[in-house]
Amino acid sequence: MFETMSLLHLQQYWWILVSILGALLVFLMFVQGGQTFLYTLPQTLEEKKLLVNSIGHKWEFTFTTLVTFGGAMFAAFPLFYATSFGGAYWVWLIILFCFIIQAVSYEYRSKPKNFLGTKTFDFFLFLNGSLGVILIGAAVSTFFTGSQFTVNAYNLSKWQHSLRGLEAAFNLTNLGLGLGVFFLARILGLLYFINNISNENIYQRAKAKLLPNVIAFLVFFLFFLISILLKEGFAYNPQTKLVSMEAYKYLHNLLEMPLVLGLFLIGVVLVLSGIIITLFKSSKKGIWFSGLGTILTVFSLFLIAGFNNTAYYPSVYDLQSSLTIENSSSSKYTLTAMSYVSLLIPFVIAYIYYVWKAMDKKKLDMDELSKEDNLY
Amino acid sequence: MIENIDISLVDWSRAQFALTAMYHWLFVPLTLGLTFIIAIMETIYVRTGDEEWKHITKFWMKLFGINFAIGVATGIILEFEFGTNWSNYSWYVGDIFGAPLAIEGIMAFFLESTFIAVMFFGWNRVSKKFHLLSSWLVAFGASLSALWILVANSWMQYPAGMHFNPDTARSEMLDFWQVLLSPVAANKFLHTIFSSYMVASMFVIAVSGWYLLKHREKLLSMRSIVIATTFGLIASLFTAYTGDGSAYQVAQIQPAKLAAMEGLYNGKNGAGLIVFGILNNNDNDRDEDDITMKIEIPKMLSILGYRNADAFVPGINDLVNGNKEHQIVSATEKINQGKIAIDALAKYKEAKKLNNQQAQDSLQKVFEENYKYIGYGYLNDPKSIIPNVPMTFYSFHIMVALGFYFIFFFMLVLYLAIKQKFENKKLILRLGILSFPLAFVASMAGWIVAEVGRQPWAIQDLLPTIVATSNIDASAVMLTFALFAVLFTVLLIAEIKIMISQIKSGPKGGSHV
Ligand code: HDD
Ligand code: HEM
Ligand code: HEM
Repeated sequence: MFETMSLLHLQQYWWILVSILGALLVFLMFVQGGQTFLYTLPQTLEEKKLLVNSIGHKWEFTFTTLVTFGGAMFAAFPLFYATSFGGAYWVWLIILFCFIIQAVSYEYRSKPKNFLGTKTFDFFLFLNGSLGVILIGAAVSTFFTGSQFTVNAYNLSKWQHSLRGLEAAFNLTNLGLGLGVFFLARILGLLYFINNISNENIYQRAKAKLLPNVIAFLVFFLFFLISILLKEGFAYNPQTKLVSMEAYKYLHNLLEMPLVLGLFLIGVVLVLSGIIITLFKSSKKGIWFSGLGTILTVFSLFLIAGFNNTAYYPSVYDLQSSLTIENSSSSKYTLTAMSYVSLLIPFVIAYIYYVWKAMDKKKLDMDELSKEDNLY
Repeated sequence: MIENIDISLVDWSRAQFALTAMYHWLFVPLTLGLTFIIAIMETIYVRTGDEEWKHITKFWMKLFGINFAIGVATGIILEFEFGTNWSNYSWYVGDIFGAPLAIEGIMAFFLESTFIAVMFFGWNRVSKKFHLLSSWLVAFGASLSALWILVANSWMQYPAGMHFNPDTARSEMLDFWQVLLSPVAANKFLHTIFSSYMVASMFVIAVSGWYLLKHREKLLSMRSIVIATTFGLIASLFTAYTGDGSAYQVAQIQPAKLAAMEGLYNGKNGAGLIVFGILNNNDNDRDEDDITMKIEIPKMLSILGYRNADAFVPGINDLVNGNKEHQIVSATEKINQGKIAIDALAKYKEAKKLNNQQAQDSLQKVFEENYKYIGYGYLNDPKSIIPNVPMTFYSFHIMVALGFYFIFFFMLVLYLAIKQKFENKKLILRLGILSFPLAFVASMAGWIVAEVGRQPWAIQDLLPTIVATSNIDASAVMLTFALFAVLFTVLLIAEIKIMISQIKSGPKGGSHV
């Protein structure tokens, strides 16, 4: 069935899949957001245990989604994988370091004789939740603001900025998205705690912390959004394949793709409504609304970066080196083969959903914790 | 295509990949094997309802968890390192090589990470049967992730199912099934997982042996040893069987690797297999079969490599200088052909720019005629086609010797276990503890044979390692090498300390149980 699709349609299909993975990743970063509260939210050791174990049952999903995002980019858009990872070397390596230290921290933090001490592992979790998330946001924002690299006639790339990717963190728009994602992850973390843990103290304190984080999120995210909607974007001509600057390109993309605009607006409304029902209706289901909203919003942001004849990984150093979904993808054969593999994704999501439900039937509380024989 | 080659960049990139891969490999064999051993133990528990088996299962699970976390931590960097440090490689073969990595994520990693949560936290939350199923799915998922990554690695040794597209200047996939079902991949997968099951069995035996020496946890240890030796014996027999298959394939597809494995310089008919030997001169510029104290099985190498006692096994000199009698093309000739292919590709690109269809067609023809050796075109010295002989030679012999030692060891232990004579055989218990690190030595040695023996190629005959790197300063890679060395070593120390403390405190003690 995929054989009959045109190359362009396969490329679009894979951009959609990659966007879904990116969107799921941002939602699952509630784990990272939650990690940034370990110092400030709990007041007793038991409360801290509750928080750590509550997100500790989920960290692997976020991690694996990140890994799969990398793998999917490699398989579907290898030129992006080669150009960005090999070029923006330092920003990616720092992000990876932030995830390496996370992977051991849950399992090791409270084990006897753990060499580094619980405090160090908790600091690792904090670093992962703060620096790691902010840099991922900044790196993704370069999809809109551009980077400095060249790609030669053999499609081999060369980065042209000596900071090798770290320069992304010194651009206000990128920082806007980085901090926006950071505060969004914190909001989602709080909503997740409210939903997953049954403990009055934690509930009250998480609720009280929500509003300041919402305000910070709105400030940074709106700053990012307005600056990309008002700026020139990187358009390409599907006939000549030439890339050029177009005023209000991203605004145009939203308006020219009404479906994406719709998804985006629904996403924003859902994010806000999750917060509102938590604050004003004392609902504990906010995470589901804000989570779904996050997925839709991020998904539509990826689509306006890559669809509608837009270069999704632009080079401001040499416009014609910019990557588009057409010039950076795998061959038609590989995309077709991989599309068959992608039919497994619904099954994967289904069993994750099933297991998640089975495991979270009972909310986590002190009583549950005391019965647990594997504690973080 | 490549402007200038920076040797120190290549060396640091290789060192970094070797370092990070070896660290990852410290934990992966245990993950692969322990998941199975645990699933078997839990199956016995569910079938018999004997609570002691549940304790045993939980005890090994706890140790498994400590190992698993750091396996995951060291894995993520490998996944992205192809991009960060081998970006030319990633473009050049990404169309083929990226696919198994993506499939691994979708098929295997999610399976594992989802059901591992049930395994650890589900005892009171899901039914017994569902829990057991989860444990099996984790074991299955771990071996499935090994399958896909080994498919990727096998393709580097034996690039099947692809062609080169001059327009995009990269290798592209022609046949997915040829990539997946290549005989090299099948064999490599089986050899690697069985050898890993063996490593994990040794771990179980070593820990149990230590308890018995200390007169502790008698029931747990005796039962664990029976499971582990049975599992280990089967695995070690398959390891030897599939190892033979690996050697056969190496002979077919990577003759220079085989020659290096045996230190064979001058090819011969009916070549013998060296069981033990010391290279007289450890300089890689040696050029003769200068091996002392050697014990050789006559004709065995010809049998191993070609299934024929009198077959000709080419030596390093034959491969470098060529051998008319046996139709072996010299390295110089291959280098010349490779340079013609590279040159034709450049001119093809020019002609394409000028829209000169006629020139394009004739250049494409020249290119295709010489493409087979394109990788050689990046080399200058014919001798550079030889991998590091001493490293490959010793690693291979250490692995094989240990392979046979372990078969013998498992048989002995199983015999004693059946005869119930195990507990007070202090010597055997000590030997079990001492042999555990040897299992890792064998496993690492295997990878050194495979990867060092593949040099100078990243992709056999098509892409030399020297042109596979990213365009980056060597100093940056030097710095990340140092950072990884420090971070991974610190994490390893933490892992070992935690592991030892959990073993010492036993199944009932420990963190918070
Ligand atoms: C405990 C580990 C262990 C043991 C006892 C053995 N092997 Fe092994 N061997 C491996 C662990 C391993 C490995 C780590 O799994 C490797 C590395 C790459 C691979 O495919 O498997 C490997 C590679 C490897 C290769 C190179 C394959 C390649 O270059 O692609 C050969 C020829 C053999 N093995 C042959 C043997 C033979 C004849 C053995 C005799 C019993 C043996 N191995 C025992
Ligand atoms: C986990 C077990 C592995 C170990 C211990 C290992 C070991 C090594 C070593 C020692 C080198 C350096 C060789 C040299 O430069 O002389 C190397 C290089 C490399 N290996 Fe592996 N390897 C492993 C698995 C893999 C797998 C599964 C892949 C691919 C899927 C792979 C891909 C590479 C690449 C791309 C390089 C760098 C280029 C090169 O030197 O060829 N390795 N590995
Ligand atoms: C050099 C290439 C390799 C890469 C890129 C790689 C990648 C990874 C990654 C990203 C993880 C973490 C997965 C997670 O998110 O849970 C991981 C873990 C693991 N890898 Fe590797 N790996 C390599 C070599 C190997 C080899 C050679 C094997 C087996 C033969 C192997 C088997 C495993 C297993 C069993 C785990 C642990 C469990 C898991 O999380 O799935 N890996 N690897």
